Amino acid sequence: MADGGPVLELRGLRKRFGGLAVTDDVSLAVAPGAIHAVIGPNGAGKTTLVHQISGLLAPDSGRVLFAGEDVTALPMHRRARLGLARTFQITSVVPGFSALENAALAVQARSGSSFRLLRPAAGQLALDDPAMEALEAVGLADRARTPAGALSHGERRQLELAVALAMRPRLLLLDEPLAGAGPEEAERLVGVLSGLRGRYAILLVEHDMPAVFALADGISVLVYGRVVATGPPAAIRANPEVRAAYLGEDDAA
Amino acid sequence: MSAQLLLVQSLNGLQFGVLLFLVAAGLTLVFGVMDFINLAHGVQYMLGAYLGATFAAWAGGFWWGLLLALPTTLAIGLALEWLVFRHLYDRDHLSQVLATFGVILVLNQGVRAIWGTAPLQMPLPEALSGGIALMPGLLYPVYRLAILAAGVLLAGLLWFLVEHTRTGALVRAGASNAPMVAALGVDIRRLFTVVFAFGAMLAGFAGVMAAPILSVEPGMGDSLLILAFVVIVIGGIGSVRGALMSALLVGLIETLGKSLMPDLMRLFLDPSAARQAGAALASMLVYIAMAAILAVRPQGLFPARAG
Amino acid sequence: MERASAALREASPALLLLGLLAAAPFLGFGQGYTMTLLARAMILAMAAVSLSVLVGGAGLVSLGHAAPLGVGAYAVVALDAAGVTEGLVVLPGAAAAAALFALATGAVAIRTSGVHFIMITLAFGQMAFFTAGSLTAYGGDDGYTLYGRTELFGTRLLEDRLGFHWVCLGLLAAVLLLCRLLLASRFGRVLRASRENPLRVRAVGFEPYPFRLLAYALMGAVAGLAGALLANATEFVAPSYMAWQRSGDLLFMAILGGLGSLPGAVAGALAIVLLEEWLSELTEHWRLIFGPLLILSVLFLRGGLAGLPAQLGGLLRRG
Repeated sequence: MADGGPVLELRGLRKRFGGLAVTDDVSLAVAPGAIHAVIGPNGAGKTTLVHQISGLLAPDSGRVLFAGEDVTALPMHRRARLGLARTFQITSVVPGFSALENAALAVQARSGSSFRLLRPAAGQLALDDPAMEALEAVGLADRARTPAGALSHGERRQLELAVALAMRPRLLLLDEPLAGAGPEEAERLVGVLSGLRGRYAILLVEHDMPAVFALADGISVLVYGRVVATGPPAAIRANPEVRAAYLGEDDAA
Repeated sequence: MSAQLLLVQSLNGLQFGVLLFLVAAGLTLVFGVMDFINLAHGVQYMLGAYLGATFAAWAGGFWWGLLLALPTTLAIGLALEWLVFRHLYDRDHLSQVLATFGVILVLNQGVRAIWGTAPLQMPLPEALSGGIALMPGLLYPVYRLAILAAGVLLAGLLWFLVEHTRTGALVRAGASNAPMVAALGVDIRRLFTVVFAFGAMLAGFAGVMAAPILSVEPGMGDSLLILAFVVIVIGGIGSVRGALMSALLVGLIETLGKSLMPDLMRLFLDPSAARQAGAALASMLVYIAMAAILAVRPQGLFPARAG
Repeated sequence: MERASAALREASPALLLLGLLAAAPFLGFGQGYTMTLLARAMILAMAAVSLSVLVGGAGLVSLGHAAPLGVGAYAVVALDAAGVTEGLVVLPGAAAAAALFALATGAVAIRTSGVHFIMITLAFGQMAFFTAGSLTAYGGDDGYTLYGRTELFGTRLLEDRLGFHWVCLGLLAAVLLLCRLLLASRFGRVLRASRENPLRVRAVGFEPYPFRLLAYALMGAVAGLAGALLANATEFVAPSYMAWQRSGDLLFMAILGGLGSLPGAVAGALAIVLLEEWLSELTEHWRLIFGPLLILSVLFLRGGLAGLPAQLGGLLRRG
């Protein structure tokens, strides 16, 4: 990895579904320790973009560079092993596992072989300790033994973040982490995220404008699959094209 | 291997493929629309054969057998749907498999209890009982050609129904996106009952048609059902066109394999080893073909569902 | 201390079942025929436990589990025909042959999921069935009679009813313990997580495929071991070992005791073997009773036998 180079760089990413361009020549970069946000109206292709970065979908053309390495052809689990941790717009945890075991599963992926067939995994301190740390980091330590399926919606959001942190990632790819959270939960999550500032590079795809402007160091605006503007929050807020394309929809909503 | 034998075996293979298609078509549509896996679909075929043979003996002749067996298999199919299947639509595939497995056990045993274990005979229809000269010196049974023709006709009818009627459009939509069809306000249960009934009757028809040339015995539906599964896995679940193509393919592979493999093996092995290896290979051929196709196209050749 | 007692509580259903099976010969179930029946139940229980790991642990609903069982049995036949009868060769050989079969068919089947997987495992099972029928060297459709049981360390321990009982019980206990450990291990954790949420598993950095395939091969080996024992129990091997109805029976055993519960699979196997025996004494057409019981248990007994008390309790409270 070139020192000082971006953790994540997208170069000319394109994806079409049928005749529709859902990702249209998208390029952007996330610097180490920076929080970069991608915003855009519904249907702008944000989640499709996240899928291409995480490896769930293959782009038609263009490249995804992660830590200086071309990962365009790698499947999701290989990118995860390189330190690319994502969360899902619709929370995705293992409902039958406790919160701790969910996080421990992520620790397991980066420490030691998982083809150990006989020694019980529960209670292995090498897994449980870092898993517990991750739960503490998001404020979920007291719910460690609760099955993920029994957690509240907001708690499951926190858990998903903890799972991502337990991977010791180089980049957090967060797909609308505040979606569906109540005002109080959202506030708590924003607190958690700003606590991560500087320690992780974060690509934040989010609808919640106040949260984005409070957290992001840089913002890219996506409209119909195209990046129409990129810059620091103040510049984006002032950009007339953004106001027309994006804030216009807000008025209508 | 003479050209004549090859021609005869190919025709036999196609005709077996047509029977497979008639069973597989109902199965694949039922699965496509309701996401319901029905192991007991093969018993419709068996019931068709038994009822056809019984009615033919009782009422005098093939045509009466056919005429009476079709509505009876349909009625039994609908009764099963009402008694058992409709309670399974919301359940997982595991429950569906087990419960319909139970239905097979009951019906296979019921057939044994009523008709005994000895195979039944069904007379050929007189009009179709002769042979026809395909080549000089090669007589092929007219009835087998009639099965082929009936199958092709039904495949055409099915294609028309699915592609060109309102119900067919719903079936296609349901196969690719069932929740959406339900969201459009279509009573998906009723649609399903229609599809199910139609499928049951097709399988019953296949059973009646097969009865004069195959042995009518308990469990005859089971092995055909498993081949029908292979057919829809190869063809792509929910796709009628895929079912037709792959049914013909499977019919040909199965029939030609059995007759050609031992000869083919003789090129490499001594006669007794060739017979042994040929028979073993012939039994595996269809499944090896399935594995090979799945290795390249996990969704089958003509998937109805995109992605 | 607390952990130890929790572990004991968790293991108690398995220990209870094994204890009952151990005590059976001394509780008036020592007659020849009953012992034969119990041995059969224990052997099928091993296969049912391995299937329970696949279905309840890995989410792989196989409708072809009789195939590795049959491959194990035919391995005994092949070795017998070649003059090899030493158990230390035969039993591992049977397990290895079944594992290889599972590995080869699983490599294709596990690429798919859901109903595809069910149909493909069923199809491969049928392939094994027909292939066995074409092996004229081993009796073809008529089957192959074993004139002597497998030996253990050169002794005829398996010929002795009680000796065979202990061997089956010991192996069943070992299978239960190993499967339990497997599911609780790091490997098992990935496997279980993949059943519940494969997307999450990929997102943290695991591809479920190799985990599922290895589990499929290992459980195939267990079924193969069971098949080798079954061949010894009946001293006869035929293609019907791999009939797809047996796969259905095994699936029923594996879930009757409660989906994913290993002792439940043992209870399910015992219950079904004994029920089949009892019904078949009543009438030749016992399947006319067994089939509806199967259907009713699927429709109404959602938690399996283990969930029965809770379900009955619910009914009583409501009633």
